[in-house]
Amino acid sequence: MRLDLLASFNAERAVRRACVVVTALGSGDQRLVRAAEVADDPLAPALRAALASGRSGVVGEGAERAFLTVEIPAPRLLVIGAVHISQALAPMAAIAGFDTTILDPRTAFATAERFPEVPVIAEWPDVALPAYGLDPFTAMVALTHDPKIDDPALVEALKAGCFYIGALGSRRTHAKRLDRLAAHGFDAQTLARLHAPIGLDIGAASPPEIAVAVLAEVIQALRKPRPSQAAEAAA
Amino acid sequence: MFAREDDVLAAAERWRRDGRGVALATVLETWGSAPRPVGSHLVIDETGNFLGSVSGGCVEGAVVNEAIDVIASGQPRTLEFGVADEAAWTVGLSCGGRICVYVEPVM
Repeated sequence: MRLDLLASFNAERAVRRACVVVTALGSGDQRLVRAAEVADDPLAPALRAALASGRSGVVGEGAERAFLTVEIPAPRLLVIGAVHISQALAPMAAIAGFDTTILDPRTAFATAERFPEVPVIAEWPDVALPAYGLDPFTAMVALTHDPKIDDPALVEALKAGCFYIGALGSRRTHAKRLDRLAAHGFDAQTLARLHAPIGLDIGAASPPEIAVAVLAEVIQALRKPRPSQAAEAAA
Repeated sequence: MFAREDDVLAAAERWRRDGRGVALATVLETWGSAPRPVGSHLVIDETGNFLGSVSGGCVEGAVVNEAIDVIASGQPRTLEFGVADEAAWTVGLSCGGRICVYVEPVM
């Protein structure tokens, strides 16, 4: 690979933009195709499919054989609430490969001492989220139990199309939450994207166990998206 | 430190800018059970330092040796690894899978 091509590839990755490096396996020729440039490329259909699946692979036959190195942004996890569950979730999510950030406006909770492994933002969601930049490659879990903090974050996650959005709370708490969010103009189909009660049903009891259930559900959303979610991602 | 794909490609660029000879190995295809998915990267420098992985550690040694040749020749090559022949002590995958690895110089 030419160094300038590798540098461009890394630059796209750094700003969380999807792209593909096409390597012609016969000649060794390579080119970088940014997501925005796919339509103009001779391999457009294959590139579109590769970007939708996020999978690298060989395409074509014989002299046309090429390898597609597909880059979609690394998954991120934004945890709303610097709470006990978050203290277990943050290091596990980081090990699993998620760029993890904690956000909580309560400065007594949101401290680097409590979260040595990951960045901590001690701000209200409406202040911090524009700079953070939610996107479809980001998961959000809302764990504060406080609608003043969780709700504004969930609203932005729904608008941004985050690939996973989960919120802590019982079914009753969640029913009230849905009423409040519906008042923001979200339809039932959009609100159905919220995972609540949060986490896979593994009978988790302690905060660290709940963190395992939450992380497992986030991974499931990433690797085995629901059919409707996969269709949205491809569109 | 646990190396993520980000780190591997960033390291490839950084090592090259530092003036080191660098090769990038990529898993092109896998058959059967294979420990690392297609698209996984291993970056190697001319002295055999490496970061990342293309298998569970079974064939990295062989890939590193080939990569040093690739850095010297400037020509990419494709390598295939299958089940090890224990009698011959060749390099192989104990998991029973087969993988194809593309090794290219970073120029």
